[in-house]
Amino acid sequence: MINLVNKHKNIITLLSGLLISSAFIFAYFELKDISDILLIIATILASIPILIKAIQSTVMKQFSIELLVIIAVIGALYIKEYTESSVVTFLFMFGAYLEAKTLKKMRNALKKLTNLSPKTADVIKDGHVVTTLVDDVLVDDLIVGKTGSIIPVDGIVSKGFASVNESSITGESMPVGKKIDEMVYSGTLIEDGYIEIKALKVGRDTTFSKMIELIEEAQESKSKTQKFLDKFAQIYTPVVVLLSIIVLLWTRDLHLSITFLVVACPGALVIGAPVSTVAGISNGASSGILIKGGEAMQNFAHIDALVVDKTGTLTVGRPVVVHTKDYGLNENDWLYYAASAESVSEHHLGKAIVKYAAQKNILLSKVLHDVEIIKGGGIKVFVDDKLIVIGTHELLVKQNVLIEPNVIKDLETEEEKGYTTVLVSMDSKVVGLIAIADEIKKEAKNALNGLKALGIKKVVMLTGDQERVALNVGRSVDVDEIHAGLKPEDKVEHIKSLIKDGYKVAMIGDGLNDAPALATANLGIAMGIAGVEVSTEVADVVLMSDNLLQLIHAYKLAKKTNANMKQNTLIAVLTVVILLSGVLFKLVNLGSGMLIHELSVLVVILNAMRLLKFKS
Amino acid sequence: MKKIEIQLETVTCPSCIKKIESALNKKEGVSDAKVLFHASKVKADFNDALVSQKEIVDTIGNLGYQVISSSTY
Repeated sequence: MINLVNKHKNIITLLSGLLISSAFIFAYFELKDISDILLIIATILASIPILIKAIQSTVMKQFSIELLVIIAVIGALYIKEYTESSVVTFLFMFGAYLEAKTLKKMRNALKKLTNLSPKTADVIKDGHVVTTLVDDVLVDDLIVGKTGSIIPVDGIVSKGFASVNESSITGESMPVGKKIDEMVYSGTLIEDGYIEIKALKVGRDTTFSKMIELIEEAQESKSKTQKFLDKFAQIYTPVVVLLSIIVLLWTRDLHLSITFLVVACPGALVIGAPVSTVAGISNGASSGILIKGGEAMQNFAHIDALVVDKTGTLTVGRPVVVHTKDYGLNENDWLYYAASAESVSEHHLGKAIVKYAAQKNILLSKVLHDVEIIKGGGIKVFVDDKLIVIGTHELLVKQNVLIEPNVIKDLETEEEKGYTTVLVSMDSKVVGLIAIADEIKKEAKNALNGLKALGIKKVVMLTGDQERVALNVGRSVDVDEIHAGLKPEDKVEHIKSLIKDGYKVAMIGDGLNDAPALATANLGIAMGIAGVEVSTEVADVVLMSDNLLQLIHAYKLAKKTNANMKQNTLIAVLTVVILLSGVLFKLVNLGSGMLIHELSVLVVILNAMRLLKFKS
Repeated sequence: MKKIEIQLETVTCPSCIKKIESALNKKEGVSDAKVLFHASKVKADFNDALVSQKEIVDTIGNLGYQVISSSTY
């Protein structure tokens, strides 16, 4: 029965609307009895779904707007105001219909994204291509990707070449070329080409699935304002009932008190703030910006200081060896030891050294023992029974390596040019110097200046890198303050002191090494696809693309969403105030009260929907 | 302990959340039931020795919400 009513809600609404219109026609011809009967039928018809909901929520000990409406309708029937009772129920149902319709439209923004996850995959099995359900694909399966198809897994290209549109993840619609050994992601579209992909992550482990899960959770998580309003609504509804009883006792006017009851419904107030947040989050999601909830959105809007990491954030994050200097041994010989040692390192500088050796066709040793990774980018390891220590000048001094004055002079020359320097020592003697450079992102300067124009008062760069390199990068992108040579815990201290100075601090970093700093800041922003992994822990916002300009859109969006939330709350409060005073001065009756109330709900939804179209 | 994720037809009333959550949490073997209102999804932990996927889906169906799909992991 309940199901039946719920299914045919729209027909019920339509029927009651038709009954009311025909009742008005009969009333025009002064057939009041027929008109009244039609109006009563219309009232009862439209009341059924409202009554069901009212009872259901009361059983759940939840005050509901439906309960208020039902009380009002019973009152209206009692004083024989059939026109009002029918108009109120009809408008309430019709309003609910429009509300559901607009909400659905809003949710479609996210649906569009989730629908991109493919249902099937073409897997190579025993030399044949078999189409299987994507749920049945396993890690290490080989998957075929052709022009026009959506990649079903996260994996590495093992054959072929394709240009891939990754906008579903990064928000950037420029296709990216993918060749052997490069990562491709589930949910991205092959625009042209043919590749075979070795699956590394499947099903709900893929970046795309995680991203969608994150957004879905984000839409539920409430901002402070929302939490307040929810609490408010729970107190507000019983208070309104009480007030209307007082109005009744005071004025002895049942009609007035019923009208009061209906127009005081907190509809727009309850839906106003969440609908803005959801729209803002959806807008972000479709441009590669994941904002983790209403609270993150509100915090973001109030940020006035930005702390940036250098490598991977201001720079491209793919350091390359620019040149080397030898001390005693020739380059290929010491590079063999250095690259072998660094082959176990996850550090980006280590990777640059290994890559450089590979370009020189140097084969690496496999005889490594006693590996020790030293904090701050150093490594200590025995390669072919020789003790190799690699790291910065300071780090080597601490490891009792003797550093000659001519090496120090060379270090200064290289650092003057803005290169990061690494020394290689063998059995406590320096044998080589490596100068490494990382390209500055070309949009970095514009992005930071853009943010300053929008309200960021201070941009601080915190980096573990050497001072001269840091100054070189920092100055060329207009950073206000530069602190170099920091360990992760130093970064945390710097952020704490900024917060103490009264700044609302956002920290942006690649998320991997910066987790403590991201967690300390008022708002943690992780950058890059890897950010999805860490974000569940520490970041409040994830920028899926490496493009810093995305930060500008994100900041503007947060401010816009916050303003939208305020507008909606204001609209809701004003509606209630105007209606209530209208009722007390008898300018508003039951029908027009309900109409204005429903309109206010629609206005806040439509206002929030403007956010979906917002572009920077 | 396994997890279940259920996709519902579009949920429109915030009070439905409470209804589904409390009905599921009352069920033996089900814990941490959570309704994602905007995604129209239900997520919960369940002990498959005590309760089956079908029983959980049916509980929601009996409340009057149409289940589109469900998966466990």
